Amino acid sequence: MRFSALSLFRQSLNSHNGWPRHWRAAEPKKRYDVVIVGGGGHGLALAYYLASRHHITNVAVVEKGWIGGGNTGRNTAVIRSNYFYSPSAAFYARALKLYRNLGNELNYNVMFSPRGLVQLAHSRHELEKMRRWVNAMLLNGIKAEWLDMSDIARLIPALDLSQNVRFPVIGGFLHPEGGVARHDAVVWAYARAASNLGVDIIENCAVTAIDNSSGRVAAVETDKGRIDCGHVSLAVAGRSSELARMAGIDLPIESYALQAYVSEPIKPVLDVVAVSGTVHAYVSQSDKGEIVVGSGMDAYPSYAQRGSPSTIEHSVAALISLFPDFARLRMLRQWAGIIDVTSDRSPIMDRTELDGLSISTGWGSGGFKAIPAGGEAMADLIASGRPNSLIAPFGLRRFSEGALIDESAAASVAH
Amino acid sequence: MRVQPRAWHIDMILIHCPYCGPREETEFLYGGESIVRPLEPSAETDDNWARYLHTRANNADTVSEQWWHSQGCQMWLWVKRNRTTHVIDSVRPFGETQ
Repeated sequence: MRFSALSLFRQSLNSHNGWPRHWRAAEPKKRYDVVIVGGGGHGLALAYYLASRHHITNVAVVEKGWIGGGNTGRNTAVIRSNYFYSPSAAFYARALKLYRNLGNELNYNVMFSPRGLVQLAHSRHELEKMRRWVNAMLLNGIKAEWLDMSDIARLIPALDLSQNVRFPVIGGFLHPEGGVARHDAVVWAYARAASNLGVDIIENCAVTAIDNSSGRVAAVETDKGRIDCGHVSLAVAGRSSELARMAGIDLPIESYALQAYVSEPIKPVLDVVAVSGTVHAYVSQSDKGEIVVGSGMDAYPSYAQRGSPSTIEHSVAALISLFPDFARLRMLRQWAGIIDVTSDRSPIMDRTELDGLSISTGWGSGGFKAIPAGGEAMADLIASGRPNSLIAPFGLRRFSEGALIDESAAASVAH
Repeated sequence: MRVQPRAWHIDMILIHCPYCGPREETEFLYGGESIVRPLEPSAETDDNWARYLHTRANNADTVSEQWWHSQGCQMWLWVKRNRTTHVIDSVRPFGETQ
């Protein structure tokens, strides 16, 4: 079934009772060529690109809970490519390019809305650093527009631009290609497309062990029994260290809770994504009218999918310092996802020392925006056996080689 | 007066500082897992040095951590904390047996 104006019309004649399931609920076969652990955006995108680009279709995605129930369902849906270093710029620009055509390619409305992202500066020092940052983006071929105060006032009328506050807004830049997409739709779109190409999506199926007794990956043990396989790829935000340990591998990762909040819906008031590194807030308005707020990560590692209350206080203070009018909003929901953070705040996409095991991890607070490029590059890695030039800088070896891609210091926001 | 219903409730971590008594997490700074610095860094291979710098156990259960009571006595503490439940087993001053 293809989604189209015609299919919508036909279903409307039947009170929309005839829509089929979007993907098959599969039970595990005895053996797969590739088993992907983790049914989030990255895992499902990997499955889709393996099947569509490389014709590897004997693939299973095994997911402990339900697909998209981890960090793909817990982020603030922001998509951007405003990075400092050229490896990051090339990679995230690729993701953005794939997002632009994702709805067409997958025949699914992912509600990609490149509404623009405004990055705010609050001090002269930040402004100087930001000029360097904007110049780096321009050199890397990423669009960026310097904003003066009147531009900012025009773009974000609700923003407090008074100068007698603790952190006055004094400038910023626009990343016009940035925006948001509907996170659930991205998951469902990849799941449906992968399933149509023959990929088995197996939910409620936790991996409990990885069989590497022969010196290479031979199988995974799951809640639903043993699954033999030629290759295992881990795409499990928040559980990477625990999963890799099953294969005897320690990772340069720490796991933290990252919180987000959604307010009651209000009339349209904010049509860009507003970001401040200093007070640390990501703010956008959803299509439903809710104000969506993202925090910085909590102050200590955690595997509990709930956050620290002191972070809530910080985030709300940041929100209100930028948008005083929002002080009267009621928050509807608060939640936390567990993010895997590397010491340079850049992701890891690589083979591991164990033959037949690859991993995509370390996405920190920014995995959602990378989903298409991460999935595509990992599919390339599994099909060809080595990382392509786009992801070669994001290997595991960079930690011992000292070739870190330190985006935490460069871009002044936690990733 | 109408009592507001309590929709949800989450607690701060309470750390029993051996010098100051029970204090909330906001008085402290997390200072990483308790790891041992190689005594002779230049004698280590690059891989071992990178392991010391970057690789962490990152368990989902109880981990020995270093915390700094920055807003209190300013002492460094060893804290054994469960990272899923946030239950703290023990808090000891640096220098004592972990």
